[in-house]
Amino acid sequence: MATLAQIHGTPEAGEEVNYLNVEHGWKSWLFTTDHKRIAVLYIISITLMFFVGGAMAVLFRIHLLSPEGLFPPEIYNRLFSMHGIVMVFFFLVPSIPATLANFLIPIMIGAKDLAFPRINLLSWYIYIVGALFTLYAVIRGGVDTGWTFYAPYSSTYSNSYVLAAAFGIFIAGFSSILTGLNFIVTVHKMRAPGMTWSRLPLFVWSNYATGLIQVLGTPVIAITLLLLAFERIARVGIFDPNIGGDPILFQHLFWFYSHPAVYIMILPGMGVISEIVSCFSHKRVFGYNFVAFSSMAIAVLSFVVWGHHMFVTGESMYASITFSVLSMMVAVPSAIKVFNWTATMYKGSVSFDTPMLYAFGFIGLFTIGGLTGLYLATLATDIATHGTYFVVAHFHYVMVGGMVMAFMGGLHFWWPKITGRMYSEPWSKFSALLVFAGFNLTFFPQFILGYLGMPRRYATYPPEFQVLNVLSTAGASILGLGYVIPMIYFFHSLKYGPKAGPNPWEAKGLEWTTQSPPTTFNFDVTPVVMEEAYNYGPVEEIVG
Amino acid sequence: MADALTTTTAHTDLEVAAATNLRHHFATPQQQFDSAMLGMWTFLITEVLFFGGMFTSYVVYRSIYPEAFASTSQYMNVALGGTNTAVLICSSLSMAMAVRSAQLSKYRAVVISLILTMIFGTTFLVIKYFEYHDKWVEGLVPGLKFDVAHYHAPQWAHQAQILFFLYFAMTGMHALHMIVGLGLLTYLLVMAVRRRFNSAYYTPVEMIGLYWHFVDIVWIFLFPLLYLIGDRG
Amino acid sequence: MTSTHVPTVRILVTIWAVLVVLTWTTVTVSHIELGPWNVVVALVIAVIKASCVGWIFMGVRFTSPLTKLFVVAGLVWLTIMILITTSDYATRRWDYHAQPWANTKDNGPATAP
Ligand SMILES: [Cu+2]
Repeated sequence: MATLAQIHGTPEAGEEVNYLNVEHGWKSWLFTTDHKRIAVLYIISITLMFFVGGAMAVLFRIHLLSPEGLFPPEIYNRLFSMHGIVMVFFFLVPSIPATLANFLIPIMIGAKDLAFPRINLLSWYIYIVGALFTLYAVIRGGVDTGWTFYAPYSSTYSNSYVLAAAFGIFIAGFSSILTGLNFIVTVHKMRAPGMTWSRLPLFVWSNYATGLIQVLGTPVIAITLLLLAFERIARVGIFDPNIGGDPILFQHLFWFYSHPAVYIMILPGMGVISEIVSCFSHKRVFGYNFVAFSSMAIAVLSFVVWGHHMFVTGESMYASITFSVLSMMVAVPSAIKVFNWTATMYKGSVSFDTPMLYAFGFIGLFTIGGLTGLYLATLATDIATHGTYFVVAHFHYVMVGGMVMAFMGGLHFWWPKITGRMYSEPWSKFSALLVFAGFNLTFFPQFILGYLGMPRRYATYPPEFQVLNVLSTAGASILGLGYVIPMIYFFHSLKYGPKAGPNPWEAKGLEWTTQSPPTTFNFDVTPVVMEEAYNYGPVEEIVG
Repeated sequence: MADALTTTTAHTDLEVAAATNLRHHFATPQQQFDSAMLGMWTFLITEVLFFGGMFTSYVVYRSIYPEAFASTSQYMNVALGGTNTAVLICSSLSMAMAVRSAQLSKYRAVVISLILTMIFGTTFLVIKYFEYHDKWVEGLVPGLKFDVAHYHAPQWAHQAQILFFLYFAMTGMHALHMIVGLGLLTYLLVMAVRRRFNSAYYTPVEMIGLYWHFVDIVWIFLFPLLYLIGDRG
Repeated sequence: MTSTHVPTVRILVTIWAVLVVLTWTTVTVSHIELGPWNVVVALVIAVIKASCVGWIFMGVRFTSPLTKLFVVAGLVWLTIMILITTSDYATRRWDYHAQPWANTKDNGPATAP
């Protein structure tokens, strides 16, 4: 890139030195402070947790093949609870921030590392300790409270391993806080000369907004789970209705974090999509400022809508009305993003590489997930759909159809940068289509089931719901295959993939100006940024 | 660990880097200091919201059970709580003096201020221990030893447990932060005795100072909320 | 770090004295019956004390606008949590005092939520 003053100072002995081959041995990984190596550690760990959570999904989808079910209800309760806990707290929350953003933010802003490299490593260790506690709970027999740990069931009545799982989440929360804190400080203080806020890649913007949510929300779930744990140990406490405690207060505190947390689980994905759509349309993102500020708007609004989870709990109706209206307002910044991605593609030179296929999937599925969220934010329809499969389908469209799609898309987009190798084009396209098809077959029937009134979290169901449940299970197996195939061709590419070169997609952005994989300090000389983000040649300007 | 001294940028003199503990990924000591401070403030925001969960619960239960709340107030020892408030204020002053002395490279003054801060901090915890001990003797520890039958206001005995639970949760979490703070001060003291802090590098003193003052602020709110405004609905 | 402000001993001791006096004041006022105003006075004094510690001891006064923004954001978020949560309790229709475990002497029958 002409904007870079690059002096090449790397020793060239056969192969160029990069962050992967600069040191060898397990110590060089477990004691690394390189954000890129820590990102790789995170990718491995969250992938393992993804397959642990996925295994439970496989088991309870098999269970749901027949109306009476395969397992006893106690087992079924534990399966779906642990699926939710593992997927939410140990896959979705760290998924993009701790991996792709950890790898890319310093490179995208022209820094050598995050502001606090040792804290970055610490956050990975904290994550591992939290994951071990949760896995311990899984092995001992799991938790049957649902991922939401509603009191007083979780505090007083449940006979499952609530403490171990809650403690695991409590610990992993600090990992999330430290990641967010690191991003915030890094974006503020580590930008290269010329990298102004209005030149930041949108991926950085969205992860900055995510960092704010992590920092502002996560401490509240920490104290809430701590109070819950005290209550469970001491058998008396502030959520205990026997002494006048209010279980709904638990829900207030829980959702004060957990609603914003769903934006921890989607905002980074939106950032990925902005990068991918711009690159494969070969066009500047339409309305950059709006997309950037919509991330911030989502981050702020996310903190004032949590009561929409509590419409049927006995929450005040005035509070419910307010929460309902505020929840619908979140649709505005979300829609801005969807419209602007679409406008970016309009009259662009769109190519259909694998990352772009995932981006298409994201845009469609997120739109469905977001719009069905409006049904649930509406007081009257929520009375009918609350606690049904409609809700399950809704948040899977956002979390899986949105975030997991974006994660896969981002992984395919930056895989050449992370590993220096290209993966199999046909296989990756095939599996992207499998994921899309499998996903819809799994979760669209659940919208119908919810509409028909099938409640979530029940081990059995009336026989007339069997057809749709069988369809859903069939879809889940296709979806599972779609996730396993990339594992194979990614591993294959590590050894046999063709060399990617610094910029296989002809993309803009500082990360594509360094070698692939980058050196430990990313740049030999700190770059000086002279141009806007996504400066893709002459563009037909669309006024609107 | 990547060693800070193996790579220094062209702009930074190796000696300056060593004197200010400049790490490899920062361009200047100023950038490193600013990052550390912003990180510390961000951490304190998380602490605000961490305590905030308990303050929210406090506000909710105090407003829906004012009589039960009033019934707990006679067990709160205002004299001890007030003394502790004064002790913490003194510790904040000595902590601020420690930071100031470090900024001016007054090595002895840093050590003395830190020792004073630790003495005040320990005094606070000792007084707190006696308060807890009294509650235990009187049977006011919900879950472990709460004498519902002999509570002086039987009609509020149940809800009073919620408020005592909050009292222990809030002051206990505060005390835990004090203990962590004392550990951090011990680290500072060791470093200060070795004369590691001076006008060019005092980041740890300043950061831990911020933490210590924050813990003081938490107590500044806990004291009136728990001790002073109880007996009036 | 040359840009960092070094506070004088004088201002630090002054702030300390103000804090001690305010502590004495808040304890003294708490013994005077002011009805609901006791809470208000206690909280106002606490806010003043906390501001003194934050503004001078923690040096918010001498920090960048960015740090000030962060401090304000933290407090705003705390306010959001407390205000919105309590607004639910303040506007619920049933009366807590009518719950079976409570003293129901002067309350009407519980209304369903
Ligand atoms: Cu929500």
